[in-house]
Amino acid sequence: MTVDLLDRRLLFVTGKGGVGKTTIAAALGQLAASQGRRTLLCEVDAKGNLADMFETGPTEFREREICPGLFAMSMSTEESLKEYLRLQLKVPLAGRIGPLARTFDFVANAAPGVKEILIVGKLCWEVRERHYDLVVVDAAASGHIVGQLAAPQAIRDLVKVGRVRDQTQWMLDILGDRAQTGVVVVATPEEMPVTESIELAERLRTETVTDLGAVVVNRVLPELFTRGEEEVFRAVRAPERAEALAKALGEPAEPVLDGAELAVRLRRTRAEHLAGLRTGLADTDLLYVPELFQRSHGVRATRQIAEALGAELGY
Amino acid sequence: MARRRPPSAASLDQLLAAKEIVIFCGSGGVGKTTSAAAAAATAAAHFGGKILVITVDPARRLANALGLETFGNVETQVPPELFREAGIEPRGELWAAMLDTKQSWDELVRSHAPDPATRDAILANPLYDNITRRFVQSHDYIAMERLYDIHRSGRYDLIIVDTPPTRNAIDFLEASERMADFFSSRLLRWLTVPARSRIVTMASKPFYTVADRILGSQFLQDIAEFFLLFQTMYDGFVERARAVTRTLSDKRTTFVVVSTLETSPVREAEYFVDALQERRLHLGAVVFNKVLPEFFTDSGATNAATRLCREAEAFTPIVADGLDPDDVTRVLHEVGESFLNFQVVAKREAEQRAELAVSADVVATVPYADHDITDVAGLLELGRALWR
Repeated sequence: MTVDLLDRRLLFVTGKGGVGKTTIAAALGQLAASQGRRTLLCEVDAKGNLADMFETGPTEFREREICPGLFAMSMSTEESLKEYLRLQLKVPLAGRIGPLARTFDFVANAAPGVKEILIVGKLCWEVRERHYDLVVVDAAASGHIVGQLAAPQAIRDLVKVGRVRDQTQWMLDILGDRAQTGVVVVATPEEMPVTESIELAERLRTETVTDLGAVVVNRVLPELFTRGEEEVFRAVRAPERAEALAKALGEPAEPVLDGAELAVRLRRTRAEHLAGLRTGLADTDLLYVPELFQRSHGVRATRQIAEALGAELGY
Repeated sequence: MARRRPPSAASLDQLLAAKEIVIFCGSGGVGKTTSAAAAAATAAAHFGGKILVITVDPARRLANALGLETFGNVETQVPPELFREAGIEPRGELWAAMLDTKQSWDELVRSHAPDPATRDAILANPLYDNITRRFVQSHDYIAMERLYDIHRSGRYDLIIVDTPPTRNAIDFLEASERMADFFSSRLLRWLTVPARSRIVTMASKPFYTVADRILGSQFLQDIAEFFLLFQTMYDGFVERARAVTRTLSDKRTTFVVVSTLETSPVREAEYFVDALQERRLHLGAVVFNKVLPEFFTDSGATNAATRLCREAEAFTPIVADGLDPDDVTRVLHEVGESFLNFQVVAKREAEQRAELAVSADVVATVPYADHDITDVAGLLELGRALWR
C-alpha cells in the first residue's frame, strides 16, 4: 500500500545536480502549506537558492514564516550542535561557541557520520517534537544523500558508548517508518539523471532504512504531435509545401519548422530516457512536472510547479 | 603606467595549444564531463602529441564512446580506429583515465607511509576506509593530487581535467590547502599526543569534556589511533599539497568554466569566475552548453510563428492538398506555439549569456544536442562547436 506523499512527516528531496531539486522541494512545501499543513522547508546545502524560490531574504538556522503556514530554515551543523548541546546536555555555551565550533569542524570532518547525524538529527527532532505537520528537506544531491540517511547506523557501528549512540535509535525509528519518512528523487528525462536515480533507488533499499516515496520527473516536454500529426508535419516540411507556406507568410518559415523539428527530436530522446526510468523503477510512483517555458525560477515557477504536483497527487 | 593586459587567446583552439593543464569546472548537470572529453578529442585530432583526459564519473555511453570499459586509475589510449570511424585521421594520441578515489588514496598511502607496518595499519583502519570513501573533500583533493602526479611524469603534452561534482564548485581549488591545514591542526596534535598527557590537556578544555560525553572516549581513542598513524605521512603530504597548489597557479595551467544558460548554473559560474580572479588563477574560457539555436530569436521567424499560432486555418489550404485539413491546422498551430515557447527560453538565455560572457576572453557556445553522445564522431562534432 502506498502512503500519500504529503501525509508523511519528513520528506528528503534529492537528485542529481541541475535537475531542479530545490524548485521541487519549494513547490512541495508550498503545496503542503496551501492545504493547511504546517510545513517546514529546510535547505541543507546552504546555497541560498531556496530563498529565491519565494523571493524572500536569506534563510537562517532559526526558521522564519515566509508565507502563511510555511516556514523556512537553512541547515548549519554548528548551530545544530549548539542546539543539541543546549537541549540534550544542558551545557551552557553562550559566548564560547567560536573556538568550539572550529575545533568541532575538524572532528566532524575526521569522524564520518558526525556532521550527517547533526543534520538528520535536527530534522528528526523537529518531527518527533511535532512542531510541524510536514518537514520538507532540500537535501544533499544523490551522491551524498545515502551517507546522510545512513549516518545513524554508521554512528552505531563506530561509536560503542556515549550519548550520541544512545540517540540513534529514535532517529532510526523515524527514518525507517514509511508512514512518516520518504525520499523524493527528482530526475529530468536525460541520461545521467535517469541512471543516477535508478542507482540511488537501489542504494536506498540496500544501505538505508528509508523508503523511496516518489520520483518526480521534472521538465517533461509536452507532446507536440500525435503519430498521425507527425506524418502531416513531415509532409508540411517537404520543400514545395514549406516554400509555399513561407510565401504566404511573407516571412521565413524554415526556422519555425526547424524549431518544431528540434522540439520533436528533444521530446523523443527524453521519452526514451523516461521509458528507461519507468522500467528501472517499476514499483515507484512517478510524478510528472512539465517543462516551464515562461519562468524556470522564482515565485511564479514555484506556484506553477506546486499546482502541477498537486494535480499529479490527485488534489 | 598602467599594466598592459597580455594579449589573450582568441579561441579555445589557441588556448589549448598554449597550455599544458586545462581544468573544466562548473556546477552539476551542465555537461562538464562531455565538454572536457570533446575538447580532448578535438585537440587530439588537431594537435600532435599525447593528450590525456581525466574524467570523474562519465555517463556510460560517454565512457563507451571513449572505449573505456572499467573504472580505474590506469590511463588507456582511445583506439585510433574510433577516430577513423568518425572519418578523422588523428594527428595525436588521445588517452583517457577515470579517477578512482579509493584507489588513488591507497596509492598515496603506499608511497608516503614510512614503513610497511604503518602502511598496512592505515589501509586496514576502518576510519581510513570511511574517510576516503565518504569524506567529500577527499575527492577534490585526490583529483588535484592525481593531476599533479601525472603532469610531473611528463608523459603528456596536454592534460584536460573534468572536476568532480562538488557542493561548491570552488571546493577543489582549496582542497590542497585545506588538507595541509588539516594535518597541521591543533586538534590533530592533541589527538596524537600520548594518552596520559592528553588527560591533563583535556581537563583544561571544556570542548574535550563535551566531546567525550557525546562521542564516548573509545571513539575518540579510535580517531586518535588513526591520526597517529596518518601523521607519520605528515611531511610528505604537506609538501605534496603545496606542490599541487603551485601547479594550479602555474602559467601553464588554465581554467575553463562550463555553464548552461539557466539561472542557477549561471550564478554559480559567476561565483566561480570571481573565485578564480581572487586567487589569481587563469580563467581561459567560458563555455556555454546546451544553448538553443539563434534562429529562435529571429524577428522574421517570430512573426511567422505568431501568425501560425493565431490564424493557422488561414494557412491550412496552402499546404493541405492530399492531407487532412484539420490535422494540418492543428500541426501549423502547434508549430507556431512550440516556436514561441522555445523563444522565451532563448531570449532568457541570451540575456544570461550577455551577463556572463564579459568575464572571459574566450567564449564558446555549444548548441543544444537533441541526442546523446555515443561515439567519437559525436565528441568531435561537439568539439567543432567549442573550437568555433
